[in-house]
Amino acid sequence: MSEFAYPKFTFQPPPELSGKGGHVPVVVVGAGPSGLTAALDLGKRGIPVVVLDDDDTVGVGSRAICWSQRSLDIFDRLGVADGLVDKGVTWQSGRVFFRDDEVYDFDLQREGGQKMPAFINLQQYYVEAALVEALQSCDSVDLRFLSSLTNLRQTPDGVDLTITTPEGEYALRADYVIAADGANSFCRRSLGLAFDGKVFEDRFLIADVKMRADFPSERRFWFDPPFHRGGSALLHKQADDFWRIDLQLGWQADPEEERKPERVVPRLKAMLGDVPFEVQWVSVYTFQCRRLERFRQGRVFFVGDSAHQMAPFGARGGNGGLHDADNLAWKLALVVQGIADDTLLDSYDLERLPATDADILHSTRSTEFITPEGSVSAQFRDAVLALAERHGFARELVNSGRLSTPYWYGSQGLNSVDDPSDDFKGSLVPGAPCPDAPITNPDGSRGWLLNHLGTDFSLLCFGAAPTSLPAGSLPVRPVVIRTDELGDPDGLVSARYDGYPGTTYLVRPDQHIAARFRYAQATDIQQALERAAGGLVKSPAPTAREA
Amino acid sequence: MAGTLRTDLRLHDPDAFYQSLIDAHRGLTDDQSQQLNARLILLLANHVGDREILAEAMAAARDGLAD
Ligand SMILES: Cc1cc2nc3c(=O)[nH]c(=O)nc-3n(C[C@H](O)[C@H](O)[C@H](O)COP(=O)(O)OP(=O)(O)OC[C@H]3O[C@@H](n4cnc5c(N)ncnc54)[C@H](O)[C@@H]3O)c2cc1C
Repeated sequence: MSEFAYPKFTFQPPPELSGKGGHVPVVVVGAGPSGLTAALDLGKRGIPVVVLDDDDTVGVGSRAICWSQRSLDIFDRLGVADGLVDKGVTWQSGRVFFRDDEVYDFDLQREGGQKMPAFINLQQYYVEAALVEALQSCDSVDLRFLSSLTNLRQTPDGVDLTITTPEGEYALRADYVIAADGANSFCRRSLGLAFDGKVFEDRFLIADVKMRADFPSERRFWFDPPFHRGGSALLHKQADDFWRIDLQLGWQADPEEERKPERVVPRLKAMLGDVPFEVQWVSVYTFQCRRLERFRQGRVFFVGDSAHQMAPFGARGGNGGLHDADNLAWKLALVVQGIADDTLLDSYDLERLPATDADILHSTRSTEFITPEGSVSAQFRDAVLALAERHGFARELVNSGRLSTPYWYGSQGLNSVDDPSDDFKGSLVPGAPCPDAPITNPDGSRGWLLNHLGTDFSLLCFGAAPTSLPAGSLPVRPVVIRTDELGDPDGLVSARYDGYPGTTYLVRPDQHIAARFRYAQATDIQQALERAAGGLVKSPAPTAREA
Repeated sequence: MAGTLRTDLRLHDPDAFYQSLIDAHRGLTDDQSQQLNARLILLLANHVGDREILAEAMAAARDGLAD
């Protein structure tokens, strides 16, 4: 299997270095997964973006490995998912062990009929490399490596940036800045923002190991195993015969010592047995959960680790940053294009702060289960594990990480509440991300619903074509479920959306549901659309806002 | 799930219950006893099922232990 070759990005002197005044609508600081995703989303919408990164390659070490279905749906909307899914390891089952015994196994049994798998495991550098490649062929995005942001000053009508490069410094002015510069964010520090939360007093050894082993591609988690008494252990497969191993070391462990091969190798041998392996990357971690009080700071928007950090159990760090980018990009695009009012951008906080709190809550609970504070917590944890082998209820209490799920933004802010008389059945509600389902194209070929939604606002209509909207309203793309348009070969579109003739969904550019109706009137749709775009619309005479 | 923890006597033959509780711990080390208690709490909590009642029980149990 071919292994990853780190790309080497060269520095290309930008025009500003030769004294040309630089002004761009959006500067993205940081080319990690969050910044690259935001840049690609904006770039695909035609927004001119400059991306700055202080390094000359993608992130070193595999770091985040586990990408959720929602993240893959976002990547698919941006056209980069196929290669990632092909390269990644698709998995959906796992096993939990306590001491010498297996206590239970799980299968994230998911309904079929969705294009993307529940999860893939793939080293973060592959994800970054795919995003960079897509960005390189995106005309409106200018990727600048070896370019460190070294000064940031915000004024009421813009942000002044100083960039330091191997060939000197230059200035750049941005209308908006996306601060995607990671956990140690320079942007956050220059704005003097507090980044408070909780540190878990424990240390974990995280290692990527290359080995040919026939362990299945399931997630394996051990509490207090014979090969690592008193701690926990995790084993998960990645691409290229790489495996991720986490070993809990305890708070007393010396991070410098524990990184040394003479300490690492025996620990891994005890775990892996006689299989020959090669250690590719090691790091010792203390986990924390913290976030900024607000992700929007005037014209600067924080996405990913610069905005929030969390313990990795549940893979919510890497995935959460992508969901931030997905939420912000379309809003920023509408504002930069002059279509929506700046207040639309306030909904970034309204939607992503609670989403982040949910991620922090889940990863905190998992960490508290895995790292019990004090002897009583440890007793309860062990009691849960001991009971889990025989009693179903206790299995549900075992918490080795609750895997990242998309956040349902709810019917506040941008999303309209259902009219109760519309009587929608099922669990879907406005604010939820659209579920996927198989469709047939007019030429008879098979496809996927999500590939027809998003980018713009869409109207997903069952049976009837949509009512035409008043002139001057935002463009809305009709997607009609009807045999001569998009067919519903397995009935899953209708089932998942509780759709029958007349049912209409207004879908946001990020594929979240803004509103839905049984018998949509043009004025209802128009109102919901205005609401979803933050109260806009700038062009014609404003219609009455919803009360 | 309105809660309301019942604290009137509901046990038939309370002395016998109390003895069985003590007997359950007989021969165990302190550590094992703590483990038994933890398992017992989890089993009973799941049986009760009602989070309100459990919250009331936790508050009643904690009452007077710390301010
Ligand atoms: C060692 C390690 C192991 C991890 N393991 C896991 C894991 O197992 N599972 C998981 O879910 N998550 C894991 N994470 C977290 C996950 O990698 C992050 O959540 C994810 O990388 C966040 O992406 P991001 O784009 O927000 O930030 P980052 O990936 O940190 O990207 C920030 C980028 O900004 C650049 N930058 C910083 N400052 C400047 C500046 N002043 N000017 C220009 N550029 C700048 C950096 O070079 C970097 O490229 C791990 C992280 C680390 C560090």
